[in-house]
Amino acid sequence: MESTAGDLHIANVTKRFGIFTAVDDLTLTIPQGAFFALLGASGCGKTTTLRMVAGLEEPTAGQVRLGDRDITRLRPYQRPVNTVFQSYALFPHLDVFENVAFGLRRRKVRQVASQVERMLALVQLEGFTKRRPAELSGGQQQRVALARALINHPQVLLLDEPLGALDLKLRRQMQIELKRIQTEVGITFVHVTHDQEEAMTMADTVAVMNAGRIEQLGRPAEIYEYPATAFVANFLGQSNLLAGEAAGLSGGDVLVSAYEQRFAVPAVRARADQGPVFLGVRPEKLALVADGAAVPAGHQSVAGVVTDSSYVGVSTQYLVRTGWGTELAVFAPNSGTAAPLALGARVTAHWDPRHAFILRREPGEGDRTTPVLDEPDAVGAVS
Amino acid sequence: MTLMTGIGAAPAGSARPARKSGRRWLPYLLLLPGTLWLVVFFFGPMLTLGAASLWDPAGSLQTGYAQTLSFGNYVDAVRDAGPQLLRSFWYAAIATLIGVIIGYPLAYAIALKAGRWKYLLLVAVVAPMFTSFLVRTLAWKTILSDNGALVGLLRDIGILGADGRLLATPIAVVLGLTYNFLPFLVLPLYASLERLDRRLLEAAGDLYASPARSFVKITLPLSMPGLVAGTLLFFIPAVGDYINAELLGNPNTYMVGNVIDSAFLVRLDYPHGAALSFALMFLILIIVMVYLFRSGTDEVV
Amino acid sequence: MNYRIGRWIADRWVMGVGLLVLAYLALPIIVVAGLSFNRPSNRLSYDFNEFTLDNWTNVCGPAGLCDAVLRSVQIGFLATVFATVLGTLMAFALARHKFFARPAVNVIIFLPMATPELVMGTSLLALFVTGSVALGFWTILIAHVMFCISFVVVTVKARLAGMDARLEEAAMDLYATPFQTFRRVTLPLALPGIVAAALLSFSLSFDDFIITNFNSGTTVTFPMYVWGANQRGVPPQVNVIGTAMFAIALLLVLATNVRRRRGARVA
Ligand SMILES: Nc1ncnc2c1ncn2[C@@H]1O[C@H](COP(=O)(O)OP(=O)(O)O)[C@@H](O)[C@H]1O
Ligand SMILES: [Mg+2]
Repeated sequence: MESTAGDLHIANVTKRFGIFTAVDDLTLTIPQGAFFALLGASGCGKTTTLRMVAGLEEPTAGQVRLGDRDITRLRPYQRPVNTVFQSYALFPHLDVFENVAFGLRRRKVRQVASQVERMLALVQLEGFTKRRPAELSGGQQQRVALARALINHPQVLLLDEPLGALDLKLRRQMQIELKRIQTEVGITFVHVTHDQEEAMTMADTVAVMNAGRIEQLGRPAEIYEYPATAFVANFLGQSNLLAGEAAGLSGGDVLVSAYEQRFAVPAVRARADQGPVFLGVRPEKLALVADGAAVPAGHQSVAGVVTDSSYVGVSTQYLVRTGWGTELAVFAPNSGTAAPLALGARVTAHWDPRHAFILRREPGEGDRTTPVLDEPDAVGAVS
Repeated sequence: MTLMTGIGAAPAGSARPARKSGRRWLPYLLLLPGTLWLVVFFFGPMLTLGAASLWDPAGSLQTGYAQTLSFGNYVDAVRDAGPQLLRSFWYAAIATLIGVIIGYPLAYAIALKAGRWKYLLLVAVVAPMFTSFLVRTLAWKTILSDNGALVGLLRDIGILGADGRLLATPIAVVLGLTYNFLPFLVLPLYASLERLDRRLLEAAGDLYASPARSFVKITLPLSMPGLVAGTLLFFIPAVGDYINAELLGNPNTYMVGNVIDSAFLVRLDYPHGAALSFALMFLILIIVMVYLFRSGTDEVV
Repeated sequence: MNYRIGRWIADRWVMGVGLLVLAYLALPIIVVAGLSFNRPSNRLSYDFNEFTLDNWTNVCGPAGLCDAVLRSVQIGFLATVFATVLGTLMAFALARHKFFARPAVNVIIFLPMATPELVMGTSLLALFVTGSVALGFWTILIAHVMFCISFVVVTVKARLAGMDARLEEAAMDLYATPFQTFRRVTLPLALPGIVAAALLSFSLSFDDFIITNFNSGTTVTFPMYVWGANQRGVPPQVNVIGTAMFAIALLLVLATNVRRRRGARVA
């Protein structure tokens, strides 16, 4: 449908530092003009991937192509790719104007001034031309870094946690602005982040990365609604994953037995129909009714006891301990129709099977119900 | 001196210094000229000096020296210059002690109390080095002069006798040494105090430590690397100095440098001069090693 | 009330002691400046006698003084150029490259700074005498370059270590070739360190007495002149030179600081 001349192909790329494999046989195609997010916990190899595309790091194996052109071995200054660095790397000895003009001057482009003015207008920094980076706020530095890269009209713009150093409010504001700018210039953006909300709100396509590999790639809603792996299910939001055994197809459903109960999930939402699997349900897809009360027709259920409840405004988050000891997370919307449940209340948690999903499971792996911790560490902030 | 430059801007961000391996030879090319210079004009001379210290003492510049491996030169040289050698270490040690006593409060005040005057006070510390070593040492001659205000005052209040003097006494030499090398002690000390996390002191105060106790338990141990480096940067040149002894002292305050100077330039007795030089270096080396070992610091270099 | 006074003293006594020590450090400089306006009563007197401007208007009066100063400036300049170039190259190698011999090179650089001048001076003399090299201008220069190099390396290396290596990557990402990266980013950022190293070299060279004393032959530098004059009586013009040196150095230091504050505050 669109031209594919400018697609970015990362083909079987591996990067090792000594014996440590930072990026492991990564294959990825990023369509021209896309807003693509690379999402993963800190240390999973996102920066390394970007650096290989930028030419700052050479892959141990594999190929990087822009359209048909192999750019794997090109030096950074020979590639039509620019980077917005993590914590910006603005030149401290140059003012804003010269920082933004840097790329143009190196390529001996004429009419630098007018282009710089236009670019600074785009990032709303008119009148700051004579300031040094040290005299700018974090958000302003971020805009300069963006302008400095964008002014070169690269085929691909790489952004390495560009909003990581900003406070929450500014971050939300810049997310919207980045999105606007991307739409306006139409350049391919590859946006690296460890913030799942940021990835989902901004990108058309999200790739979830873990330990040097892509775990899943797709539109944000696809990934959220039907995660491909246990890691994704609990990195992007939270899921209740119950360990069970799949017993094959029956009609359009996959049958699963877990903890002496039998469940069914539509085959289109199952990643496996035999062997050890996880039965997954998102906490907001679960509903609670008092023990013994009727469960809506067609729903499946698990009984348990309420052990914890936290009121968080839009919803109340319960923990329900099942008969076998696992605590399920249940988010009940505060729509005002249901009375709050007391601690110790015996309840039944039920769900529509069309909202459940089935994932492959390593034999012996138990239930997983807690989100993957995602604290940006101190090293990750600069690496 | 590492320590002096440590005062500049703190390292920002993480560096990834590893470069493309294709240019392995580049660092060696960059290093070659400077390293060669140091090897030829620092290590070469050291070897020559070692050799000269074993020359036949019977030779002379005119007749030439024979290499006779005369280890006796060391015995002779150290025996003949014994008093001056001892005096050098003794004066330098006293001067270092005084330097610590007056330098520590100064470094502490600049690092922790000076606020926005910090830079100005630092400039004041190094200011003596802006003018010539010899000229400023000569100025002490004026200050300590028998007709000067200082001696007059000390005589009036009875600290000095009616014909007591300061110039040409050991006091003048130690005072000059302290003065001339104090900046080398204060700067590294300042640098380590400056790095000290002020919240530690607040935490100590919060945990019921008195200011004196906080100082002994926290500030002093944490400033130890700076103190060790500073005392060494003070002590080593002070032992080898003979300008203060010459300008402010008298022949009875001569230090080992005066003897070496005269051996090489007046008596033209190279073997003994070289032996004394080498002996001095070894003595300093041993003292420095013991000192570093005892103070348990290896962060100086 | 007593408590208040106690607190006030406790908060300030350290600064008080510090200022007294600074006064001790400043006193000789004031005396030098004062003596530069003094007409001594006789040749060997160091005491204040009467005010005069003669020393300033007739700096080159004493025979050989201005020659000595000029020679020191020449040697200082040449030593600075050589030491700064050699030392800066070494600093780049050490700060920017990982290589096998790095620890050994660090030792080679450290040792001259830790060795007493007396030992370096005599050992160079032994070398020159053994090699029958005539002592003079060139032997002084060789010695000065030698002891300045280490200080240059340490100063420039500290500056480079504090520099974010990603700035160079950013430059390359923005189409700068390796040479342009060096010219437009690395060099300007390293320059304050290089300038500081050069100033340090010059002052070390200009002021060196001990090493020069052993290797100068009959060549007279400014410190050598003062040393020699001490026996005969030091002319007051020496204090003029001392005062002028101090003023120039102070101006340079303050000027570079003002520049630094206005300039790259981050790097
Ligand atoms: N130059 C390097 N040498 C050795 N290890 C490295 C280097 N660069 C990155 N790594 C390692 O590779 C892994 C991935 O790093 P990175 O790509 O920076 O992660 P992130 O996803 O946080 O951006 C980390 O474990 C990191 O320690
Ligand atoms: Mg990263």
